[in-house]
Amino acid sequence: MVRMNDVTMVYESSGTVALDGVDLTINEGEFVFLVGPSGSGKTTIMKLITGEVHATSGSIIVNDFDMVKIKRRKLPKVRRTLGVIFQDYRLIENMTVYDNVAFAMRVVGASSRDIGKRVRYVLELVGLEGREKRYPKELSGGEQQRVAIARALVNSPRMIVADEPTGNLDPVRSLELMLLFEKINQMGTTILVVTHEKELVNALSKRVVTIDSGRVADDQDGGLYFNYEVE
Amino acid sequence: MRLSRGGYLIREGFRSIGTHGFMSFASVTIIMACLIIMGSVSLLSVNIDRLIGDLEDQNEVVAFIDDKYADEEQARSFQSAIEAVPNVSSVQFVSRTEAFENFMENYTDWMREGLDETTLRHRYVIHLTDIALMAQTKEDLKAVEGVADVRVHLEYADACITIRNVVSAISLVLIVMLVFVSFFIMSNTIKLATFGRREEIAIMKMVGATNGFIRLPFVVEGLILGSMGGSLAFLAEWVFYEMVTGRLVGSIAGEFFTFVPFKEVAPVVFILYMGTGILVGAFGGVNAIRNYLKV
Repeated sequence: MVRMNDVTMVYESSGTVALDGVDLTINEGEFVFLVGPSGSGKTTIMKLITGEVHATSGSIIVNDFDMVKIKRRKLPKVRRTLGVIFQDYRLIENMTVYDNVAFAMRVVGASSRDIGKRVRYVLELVGLEGREKRYPKELSGGEQQRVAIARALVNSPRMIVADEPTGNLDPVRSLELMLLFEKINQMGTTILVVTHEKELVNALSKRVVTIDSGRVADDQDGGLYFNYEVE
Repeated sequence: MRLSRGGYLIREGFRSIGTHGFMSFASVTIIMACLIIMGSVSLLSVNIDRLIGDLEDQNEVVAFIDDKYADEEQARSFQSAIEAVPNVSSVQFVSRTEAFENFMENYTDWMREGLDETTLRHRYVIHLTDIALMAQTKEDLKAVEGVADVRVHLEYADACITIRNVVSAISLVLIVMLVFVSFFIMSNTIKLATFGRREEIAIMKMVGATNGFIRLPFVVEGLILGSMGGSLAFLAEWVFYEMVTGRLVGSIAGEFFTFVPFKEVAPVVFILYMGTGILVGAFGGVNAIRNYLKV
């Protein structure tokens, strides 16, 4: 669950106003697309949710953690309730598929037995059974992104946050990935996807939040990409 | 931290050395090279110090007993009083007969003419603890009953002290400079080695790893690389030292100097090398990734 109230974010180094009074609530179990032109503030919202940056003003609650008052040493606890996926996959090159996924469980102190069972389960869920011993460079882009999804899922997060997850994939693989997100969402995990893929957004008919110039310009259930007219 | 998790992190530290083979090699080599340079300068300084010490030991003070005490037994009775003088480390009595025999052995015939043992006086050959206090000790010895005169080479003592002070100051400055330069080079090499892993650290942070979880493998890795660098440097220094001193012993330098045997300084060198290697490795590793943890 995410609740942002009147959030403003100004990057001190450049003075850029990335967000200007954003109000946004994402409830447990929702599937939300965050869309908008480049530089509109979508990635800043993602970074505020994951605690990579801190808001200049306003309040942000992420999975019951107050992200404005939170201490740096508590950030790992928030991040363990989130599964983060990036456009460039961000896998550790010298680890196998299995280790890339298992690693996220080792971080939280899971036992080797639990890790073995859970990793095999999520790899099967994302369609990567039999690929455990491969290294990232031996996989296609779509497969690498599935490893990233498996890693995000392995600790049963309350929410998946994906920043342009289909940016490096062809349309067929992109659709497969979105359908996988839909499947994960149906299992109860909240999904937030930042994307530019108009066709995908329109095909899935989910809640669409449009950000423009650092503000929420439109927010519709079952919405379409850019049904908001830029003034 | 659970034991299995601790074991995993330690294994990760070992694994990482192999995975980042070239950078590990570079780190060990740099640590080794810096330690050898620092160590060699320090050992040179130790040898020079020993050499000056030997020269100082050769600087004898001679206290001549008054002719009033011509009887040897009488002359010997002053030994305890001389030994009690501050800064006196050893005292050896030389009778006028022994002194005369020495003289006769060392000088030519025309110099010996007209001399007999009564020409010379009973004497004490004295070594001092600290030659810097030679002038004061001379006065103290003169004040001892029965001592007629004291012969010292103050200019020789002053020269030794000056040389020792200059060598100590130069060595200290060199070693301090080398320590700074070495720490700078070693920490930068480790920084370079960890630079390529900033992405890996960012991923760890994003999946919820604590700073301690991320640091431990780096500490383990640093400890291993540091101790490898330290122990290899120790062995190389040993070989190098034996080789250099072996050659010098066979040369003309060996006629005048005795070198400090490596075995005598080996424990200290080993502890210093290992300590520095481990310190630089572990703290260097942690320090190098500090900035990447601020995500």
